[in-house]
Amino acid sequence: MNKPSNASTERIRKTLAKRYRAEKRFRLYGVMAILFGLLCVATLFVDIIGKGHGAFRQTYIQISVDYEADILGIVDIDDAQQLALANFAGVVKKSLRTRFTDVSGRKEKRQLYRLVSNSAEYALSDRLKADHDLLGQAEKIWVLADDDIDTYFKSLNSSDGPFVGRTNEKQQGWVQSLMDAGQIELRFNSNFFTSGDSREPEQAGIGGAIVGSLFTLFITLALSFPIGVAAAVYLEEFAPKNRWTDFIEVNINNLAAVPSIIFGLLGLAIFINFFHVPRSVPIIGGLVLAVMTLPTIIISSRAAIKAVPPSIREAGIGIGASPVQVVMHHVLPLALPGMLTGTIIGMAQALGETAPLLMIGMVAFIVDVPGGFTDPATVLPVQIFLWADSPERAFVEKTSAAIMVLLAFLITMNTFAVILRKRLERRW
Amino acid sequence: MQTSNLIIALLVMSALAYFFGYQRSQGFARQLGGVRNLHSLPTYYGMRVALWCGLPSVLLLFICLAFEETIISKMLLAGIPDEIRPSSVAEYNLLMNKIENLASGALSAEGVRPALLDAAAALGYLRDMSQRLLTGLALLVAGGGGLWGWWRMSAHLRARQQVEKIFKGFLLLCASLAIFTTLGILLSVIFESLRFFQQVPLSEFLFGLEWSPQTAIRADQVGGSGSFGAVPLFLGTMLISFIAMTVAVPAGLMSAIYLAEYAGSKVRGFVKPTLEILAGVPTVVYGYFAALTVAPLIRETGTSFGLSVTSESALAAGLVMGIMIIPFISSLADDVINAVPQTMRDGSLALGATHSETIKQVIIPAALPGIVGGVLLAVSRAIGETMIVVMAAGLAANLTVNPLDTVTTVTVQIVTLLVGDQEFDSAKTLSAFALGLMLFMVTLGLNFIALRVVKKYREQYE
Repeated sequence: MNKPSNASTERIRKTLAKRYRAEKRFRLYGVMAILFGLLCVATLFVDIIGKGHGAFRQTYIQISVDYEADILGIVDIDDAQQLALANFAGVVKKSLRTRFTDVSGRKEKRQLYRLVSNSAEYALSDRLKADHDLLGQAEKIWVLADDDIDTYFKSLNSSDGPFVGRTNEKQQGWVQSLMDAGQIELRFNSNFFTSGDSREPEQAGIGGAIVGSLFTLFITLALSFPIGVAAAVYLEEFAPKNRWTDFIEVNINNLAAVPSIIFGLLGLAIFINFFHVPRSVPIIGGLVLAVMTLPTIIISSRAAIKAVPPSIREAGIGIGASPVQVVMHHVLPLALPGMLTGTIIGMAQALGETAPLLMIGMVAFIVDVPGGFTDPATVLPVQIFLWADSPERAFVEKTSAAIMVLLAFLITMNTFAVILRKRLERRW
Repeated sequence: MQTSNLIIALLVMSALAYFFGYQRSQGFARQLGGVRNLHSLPTYYGMRVALWCGLPSVLLLFICLAFEETIISKMLLAGIPDEIRPSSVAEYNLLMNKIENLASGALSAEGVRPALLDAAAALGYLRDMSQRLLTGLALLVAGGGGLWGWWRMSAHLRARQQVEKIFKGFLLLCASLAIFTTLGILLSVIFESLRFFQQVPLSEFLFGLEWSPQTAIRADQVGGSGSFGAVPLFLGTMLISFIAMTVAVPAGLMSAIYLAEYAGSKVRGFVKPTLEILAGVPTVVYGYFAALTVAPLIRETGTSFGLSVTSESALAAGLVMGIMIIPFISSLADDVINAVPQTMRDGSLALGATHSETIKQVIIPAALPGIVGGVLLAVSRAIGETMIVVMAAGLAANLTVNPLDTVTTVTVQIVTLLVGDQEFDSAKTLSAFALGLMLFMVTLGLNFIALRVVKKYREQYE
């Protein structure tokens, strides 16, 4: 070969090592980026599960109560009025005083009473209402511990020492004594899934929020699925190519990227202030979320309709079906799996949405589990937001647990969507 | 009849109308010797009658319901004596609420002006009347429409065409809803913003350096006069978005490149869905993560280096927002990188370039418009992101670019101003809509440009 080529080979050889190093470095950057992403996923999940797993179990304390008619102030057990007004708190307090005799002074007594949750009296009241014969008798029952005690008891075995928080040494001693007697234990916290919000962390649950989310999502689905599918069908199958159609398309694409908080403003100004839809109810939440998810559903439904090959339509037209018949009888059933997948993903998005709901009053403190579409309600992500703001330490655990439940719902929905797509998808 | 019952009644009537229409067309068919002698299939005749029955009555019902409240309150107001006639919107709402509560019995009638009691009674009467009127009218229209549709049937009637026309009209209406939504958003923010700009000049809002929206709602209340210079908010939004993008763009882009160019199908099959989990996590979860895990961590690290870090630092919010955006950028970049034709790669490799040189000098330049479009979309998401900043960034509107300081953003202020009591004639509440208008315009502009860039780019290789 001739000389210049040799010279350039030489030059290339000299730089080759450097270039390979650059290649390796570049690959390393890629690996690092991916590892960073995976690390974020892992940290997020470990952090939340680590903080939240404790909330699925709750501390219960066993007390022996004596349903004394004197303390309760009940003369006639069949009088509902007396039963409702009875002094169950006194019974609980007395049972605590008999259990721990070393208590003196008002301050210490108050601390003692704070061992158990104030839901204990309602538990006793329920017991007595169910069984009138209990009056005058004694029994041992398990009642909820107060949230400070709960946090302390759960953290006893943790690696960085117990979390003392607002408990004092005296209370810690009582907990120790209860532990020695086997009168304090952790149980599965079914209350967490069934009850509504509460100012007392130990009584607070996500039941109300889950039901609120279900009602809201139902409205969202009922509105956005039919409308979204109809819009997609029109745009794909019937729309003439004109300005109006182009304008609709541009609008849909832009709406899909509008920040969700803007939909909250829309809901507030148009639905609430103009159409006088009531605040804080699943109807308004569902309306706003439906408007928000509509573009997602339209876009994915269009993709599903587009994937149906034209030969199907031509065959239908060929044997004399009208265009509407072709769409209704052939195209839509074939595109349905894809549409459903898109809808489920849209619903998952709606389930996790918080920002627009803050503006339409779904951020209220609601204790009751909603019973219908017009009852004041809150939804799961808003509940998380509310709890995240609460100062009590026990709410950290509750919030993380609520997040775990929300994520479980979302993962289930998305997995379902993937399975649906895999099973029903047709390759043409 | 209650509205829900009325709707059910109308549905039942429509179903009956369908049945009768179907029956009658069958009757025609028998006379003519088979269904094929009809113009359309019997179901279309049935649907046509059902539409005649249901459509006008339901439309009427909704129109009446939409205006019922307004008309009733107008009529009520006309009967109220002058001395308690409301002079402002707030007073009007208060009065209406009072009458409402009196009528429903939530407020006891003791010690209330007789005029109000009369109004409450009138309200009950008017409601009752309008309910009855509406029921009668709707049922009449449904029955009349159904009969008319049934009466006009014949074997040659083009029932299918008529039904399909209505069906297509319905589809067009649904599709046009996107336009109405945009229009609704525009109207809602522009209308309230205009009212805001009547009180606060536009130039002060756009260029003012101080933001403290606390105003006295009543004249005798102690409170600041309020200043509405939004520059600190814009700066805070940009700072947090900038931090987010410095995290998300390198991480997202590099992982997309690695996944598209280097990774085997096994790694890809695992990493891609795992990263996409990040996209599915609700923002409130990120907010919680930022506020309770990342922010304390940053503060401790900063303190150990002798820096003063606030507990609501812009860095924490920006960092977590960046993590949220990683999958967004990575999946968009993945798409555009995969769209670069294989021949370009092969050509570059054949010339002796290493893989990374091919990527840096051939693939990225070719994919650049698409990547830029994706990044612009991501910026618009970062600007509009709400929950992370509401939970992890502060409320103090500091004019600073120090990431360890507290800043506030446009979205945070919108939420803070609109959660709780709203006063639609004070500048405080209205300013939220002006901020919303800014947010909408900026994100709309970004999206518009981004979508055009991406679309243009796609056309290039198709």
